[in-house]
Amino acid sequence: MSASEIKTIEIEVLRYRPEQDTEPFWQSFQVPFSHDTSVLEGLQSIKDDLDATLSYRWSCRMAVCGSCGMMISGKPKLACSTFLRDFYPNKVQVGPLEHFPIERDLVVSAEGFISKLEKITPYIVPKEPRTIEQGEYIQTPLQLKQFLQYSGCINCMLCYAACPQFGMNPKFIGPGLMALVHRYNVDSRDGAREQRMELVDEEDVGVWSCTAVGYCSEVCPKKVDPANAVNQNKVNSALNYFGRFLKPQGGQK
Amino acid sequence: MKRANDPIFWLPFGAGGVLAALFGPALVLITGFAAPFAIGLGPDALGYDNMMAFAHNAIGKLFLFAIVVFFLWHAALRIYHTLHDFGVHVGTVLKLIIFGGSLVATVIAVWTLLAIGF
Amino acid sequence: MSGRKPYTRSMSGWWKRDPFFTAYMVREATSFIVAAYAIVLLVGLVRLGQGKEAYDGFMQALQSPISVVFHLVTLAVFVYHTWSWFQIMPKTMPMIFISGKRLEGATITRTGVAVAVVVTIVFLAFVMGVTR
Ligand code: SF4
Ligand code: FES
Repeated sequence: MSASEIKTIEIEVLRYRPEQDTEPFWQSFQVPFSHDTSVLEGLQSIKDDLDATLSYRWSCRMAVCGSCGMMISGKPKLACSTFLRDFYPNKVQVGPLEHFPIERDLVVSAEGFISKLEKITPYIVPKEPRTIEQGEYIQTPLQLKQFLQYSGCINCMLCYAACPQFGMNPKFIGPGLMALVHRYNVDSRDGAREQRMELVDEEDVGVWSCTAVGYCSEVCPKKVDPANAVNQNKVNSALNYFGRFLKPQGGQK
Repeated sequence: MKRANDPIFWLPFGAGGVLAALFGPALVLITGFAAPFAIGLGPDALGYDNMMAFAHNAIGKLFLFAIVVFFLWHAALRIYHTLHDFGVHVGTVLKLIIFGGSLVATVIAVWTLLAIGF
Repeated sequence: MSGRKPYTRSMSGWWKRDPFFTAYMVREATSFIVAAYAIVLLVGLVRLGQGKEAYDGFMQALQSPISVVFHLVTLAVFVYHTWSWFQIMPKTMPMIFISGKRLEGATITRTGVAVAVVVTIVFLAFVMGVTR
């Protein structure tokens, strides 16, 4: 099809309006689209022209802000970088991210995610404080590479929708935030590893809820490879577990 | 905070996983087909005398122990996870069957290998 | 915020939702066969400890049709295990850098499978050699 040709595609949206619905239901819309129409734009034309009550999150429209994560025909994807042309002539099903409570329509509750984010010390705590006069913290290219990949996370939560262990146990810190934990732990400037490792080691919260399904890394739009971060920390947590018997003070911390 | 005890089960799981990945297919070929039907092996390849000699040897003993015990503990953790994944509530009783059973099997293996002697 | 009424979806049957999950469940469920094979080996070991007669009986049993079917299934399971083990391996290993470049996941998987193939051949040849 030529880039500007307009066709019509069926978009099925999972609706949930807390003030009137007891459970979600599918609603179908016929939506015009062209070669470059994203799923997000499809939703926007529904909201503009067909049903103004439809709710969904978005901001940047360019796969940067991480707001528009949804289940698109069963897969966790960013609506702004998924295109309707790839589904046509079939319909597209759009639902809220799996494993999160639905707040309204395509909007899920991110409260659990945010409260965990607050707990993991998601910033660098300098190992050695330096004054301005002492200058910047020097880091080698190799030290940078240890964490660069994991710092690419945009908190879109797609990996959480791909993680059945999080679905079964919402206490699990989960792939994306574990990647963030790792990002700071392996940063040569950071000195707060120990306090983050307490969460990594914790029952039901830390890495041991992971059974290496590995889907999180497949769906990540930023190639963060959260499964790698989680599983590297199984090694770290096991070292902590057995290592504490070797420490002079010993005992539980 | 409650520290997870999983590392205790995860280490033998990993060891068994590596051993199974490297030796599993060859072992099954030998014990399931080559030895009992003398395909590529002599009829007494895994016969009593050969196996006794193998089990008397320190390295042979260690190999038999590692294969049987780590395969079992590898499988035990996955079985535990599988039941959990299927939504079975894995309570104390099931845990006791899975890991207690593995422990009993370990004791039997060690006992037998020691009884065979050096 | 009184208008809120978050809806929590059920997890029942989650492994049917995505082929990726189904493949994962198959990988995990193969552990039942691995356990069964380990128990067969354990029985063989115990029989060995009980003396020649007991052990010969065990070897006899390995020739039964049930045993052949079981070992065919087990063989398939172990080959799948080997493949899936090295498939997930890149995700479970620390990053490796060789002269500043990260070792790629596909390389790790390929190396692992190659090592397994070599070990299999060497091991089979070794057993053939020493029992000749
Ligand atoms: S790790 Fe990837 S999928 Fe997970 S939240 Fe971050 S960017 Fe999204
Ligand atoms: S709208 Fe920002 S990531 Fe899609």
